[in-house]
Amino acid sequence: MSDKTLKFTLNGEPMEIAVSPSDMLVDVLRDRLELIGTKKGCGKGECGACTVIMDGEAVNSCLVPAMKAMGATVETIEGIGSPEKFHPVQETFMDLGAIQCGFCTPGMIMSSKALLDKTTSPTSKEIKKVLAGNICRCTGYVKIEEAVLAAAEKMREKQ
Amino acid sequence: MLQDYLFPETIDEAISFLKSSTGQARIIAGGTDLLLDIPDGKVKTGSLIDITRIPELRKITMENGVICIGAAVTHNQVANSELIQEKAAALAHAASCVGSYQIRNSGTVIGNVCNAQPAADTAVALVALGAMAEIAADGGKEYVAVEKMYAGVGKSTIDSASQLVTMVRFPAAQKNQGTAFVRLEQRKALALPMLNVAAWVSLEDDRFQWARISMAPVGPGPVRALSAEQILKGAEVKADIIEKAAQAALEQANPRNSALRGSREYRTSVLPVLVRRALEQAVANARCKCN
Repeated sequence: MSDKTLKFTLNGEPMEIAVSPSDMLVDVLRDRLELIGTKKGCGKGECGACTVIMDGEAVNSCLVPAMKAMGATVETIEGIGSPEKFHPVQETFMDLGAIQCGFCTPGMIMSSKALLDKTTSPTSKEIKKVLAGNICRCTGYVKIEEAVLAAAEKMREKQ
Repeated sequence: MLQDYLFPETIDEAISFLKSSTGQARIIAGGTDLLLDIPDGKVKTGSLIDITRIPELRKITMENGVICIGAAVTHNQVANSELIQEKAAALAHAASCVGSYQIRNSGTVIGNVCNAQPAADTAVALVALGAMAEIAADGGKEYVAVEKMYAGVGKSTIDSASQLVTMVRFPAAQKNQGTAFVRLEQRKALALPMLNVAAWVSLEDDRFQWARISMAPVGPGPVRALSAEQILKGAEVKADIIEKAAQAALEQANPRNSALRGSREYRTSVLPVLVRRALEQAVANARCKCN
């Protein structure tokens, strides 16, 4: 195994870390950088719990070789808000009860944020399309969809 | 365990990496299939050659009525392309049906073809569109119809340890032509197709000049409905003729009993319905452009 130096922008900060060509992005984030907000569910791109935003697009970090982040901009759940200042979609997920066990939530929020970065007037259909790859086994998706719509409204008000 | 991960900047550099690795490296694009196959041991390789940063492979272009899609273009880029939506609606629709939104942001259309699953949605559309793939290797370039890129179930004729599919090209639908894609699935998202059908029709007044129909999974790869195409050639655009062609599609179809995709009996009953719908939609698309 020959390690490579991976340089990328992580949550707005430059990052440099030695990785193996076999490493997956989700494992580097969780096990090496201790950003355990990104969850590893199925490890096969089926559940969406590991969703992060890479160069503006939501991707399954369990199917992204860490090397693919070379030179890229990566956002994780840790980078989009803080307990002092949450992202609007984090606030609305809490306010509207769009959470039960919470395991799917970081992925749901990252998929939603990637959409809201592109449009603050998403349709119900668009929300369903981008969240179809994020599986929640506790509940339905109604409150989650409502939370994304409410976050969009908050973001429009701020504009 | 992988030894190396390379980012060639040109096609020539990718080919030279393949050559110097003598079979110990293979091409990766989106990786959404490959990265499941490597840990499972289905694919063994020492190094990966990532082609997604080669600028000329990242483009969708149209020149002299021919559309060209590079090997690094993702499903979502194809599905969201206005050019593809307008000139190859079947492919835009097929690309929007693959996997999940996240998978479509990573996975490429050409990767979908090279992975050679029997009902790869975009391959079904590309076969109906008569697409040709450009394949680069150490000896030079060659062109192969997407229809001929299946060596068996889940087996491509492409050897990604020595060859790189650089692009697919196909004619844009003209004013009197329409394309369509239909799919039967168990759920509306993240579901394998139980059956999928794509059609490309060319009309002259109230007649079919010709039609191309591709269907899957009814064989190792997308299968042309040649009997149906024969019936439609020169025939009037009429419900009973479309129905007759839809029934004739069964002559080339051999669906298997599948726990994932449904029984042979069921899919044999449903296939003509899908062929009819694909033809009706393609005709509607052609006519809406004429008006």
